[in-house]
Amino acid sequence: MTDPDTDIGGPLHKFPVTHHSAIINARSDDQHIRRRAFDTILASYWKPAYKYIRLKWRADNEDAKDLTQGFFANAFEKNYFATYDARKASFQTFLRTCLDGFVANERKAGQRLKRGGDVDHYQLDFAAAEHELAAHASSTLSPEDYFHREWVRWMFTLAVDAFRQRCEESGRTVHFQLFERYDLSDDEVSYASLAADFGLDTATVNNYLAAARRDFRRIVLEKLREITATDEEFRTEARSLLGVEC
Amino acid sequence: MRWLSDDKLKHLRSVVSEPDFSATKYTFVKELGRGGMGVVCLAEDRELDRLVAIKVLNTPELTADFGDRMIREAQIIARLEHPGIVPVHDVGTLPDGRIFYAMKYVRGSRLDEYAAQGASLRDRLRKFQSVCDAVAFAHAHGVIHRDLKPQNIMIGSFGEVLVLDWGIAKIRDDPRSSAFHQTTEGAVIGTRNYMSPEQARGEVDQLDERADIYSLGAVLSFLLKDQPKVSKAAHAISSKATATAKESRYASASHLSADIGRLLDAEPVSAYRENAFERTSRWVGKNRFLVLLVLAYLLMRIFLIFTSRR
Repeated sequence: MTDPDTDIGGPLHKFPVTHHSAIINARSDDQHIRRRAFDTILASYWKPAYKYIRLKWRADNEDAKDLTQGFFANAFEKNYFATYDARKASFQTFLRTCLDGFVANERKAGQRLKRGGDVDHYQLDFAAAEHELAAHASSTLSPEDYFHREWVRWMFTLAVDAFRQRCEESGRTVHFQLFERYDLSDDEVSYASLAADFGLDTATVNNYLAAARRDFRRIVLEKLREITATDEEFRTEARSLLGVEC
Repeated sequence: MRWLSDDKLKHLRSVVSEPDFSATKYTFVKELGRGGMGVVCLAEDRELDRLVAIKVLNTPELTADFGDRMIREAQIIARLEHPGIVPVHDVGTLPDGRIFYAMKYVRGSRLDEYAAQGASLRDRLRKFQSVCDAVAFAHAHGVIHRDLKPQNIMIGSFGEVLVLDWGIAKIRDDPRSSAFHQTTEGAVIGTRNYMSPEQARGEVDQLDERADIYSLGAVLSFLLKDQPKVSKAAHAISSKATATAKESRYASASHLSADIGRLLDAEPVSAYRENAFERTSRWVGKNRFLVLLVLAYLLMRIFLIFTSRR
């Protein structure tokens, strides 16, 4: 259609091709690829998993630490994640189900893993997770919804951190600082006050913030792409992560 | 790492869910509204330097052939050149897979807002007739709207009537069709209060023009609600259009429009059989001036006869 009023088509070619997916790479025969994929999955899920164990299984913090470490160590050793089938459920649901199975087995067998014993120890900031748990101790969500919400929170936390790093690496620290002040801070600020503080005009603040938000959105979706196996799963999770109801 | 509170998380989710038009020729301006089907934004078309309304659909169901089908069906919708149908300019996908389509940005009031502003019954019926005419035109081109409701009808600044939101329209005689939105048997799409029973049951294959007739009847019922002096004929038109059995509804939007026209002209309508008294009342109402003239003449004659005898 060449009619300027009726341009049917749109940028379908802009639709992203499938990027690197840790879920797919978890099936790799290459030990290094598999390890990197596992590290990505671990980084994305350890904190919601820990909180979930604390809430659903009513584990004390030491027990929850061991179960979290044990679950991921076992998952890597036995290559759990390679068995994931995207046609059956989302990866998030799959992981949670595996986690429930693991904890149930551990409880049933009474084989509490000893700290410093036979499991790999990952450097995970359990103290921060514990601190966050205290902040929303009165949650009325079901354990499954709680797991999902904490996973969303963790994804956004990781995305903010990645965005900060990228801004620093690319010399766009002002972009991040504006984003931090306007979108992350608890203090309400106006474009005008930001312009005054940063020595910019309000139009530039507007443009920088729009670019920052665009980059942040891209990073969130990249992170999501990393831990989904198929386009369909990616879109479903994107809807869920973005808070869009169907 | 910074811990994100619930409020901050909610805010960031809204920041991220804001449609990303960076790969398109549009610049996001503001959100105009949000509903079950998606979000409508005001955006600037940078190439043509004009404002457009963009609807971003919630479900990014881009299966292998869906993109091609969507374009083909969008072309059919875009060819509906009628003053009562808001033109679709563009269709595409966002980087997250959500489907969007751009349409003319109409300034004015939605039909529900227009009614709330105290429009007279006669004006309401005139606007409704224009809606019927636009829908009849779409039906003649094989397009079924499937989501007619006051919120999807705009009264423009010059009083013109425009039917919006053809995003879940269905192309008749194409079993795989549903314009921009893939629907399968059993999937319920539309707005409950204005949806025909067959549509509410998810009988996608059974949907035809009469599903829209039902929705039009529901819109008419909305316009008649709380209005004083609504005739039985007007209610009968609404009831016929919203009959549960689609065979009992108007056969076409043109027939419905014609009945509204007759109602406005104080002619008998097909949906209502009136008795002798009602027929006389309607005739008197329609020919009030003539009746008054005749009455005045008769009174004068009686007066003259009376005075001449004295």
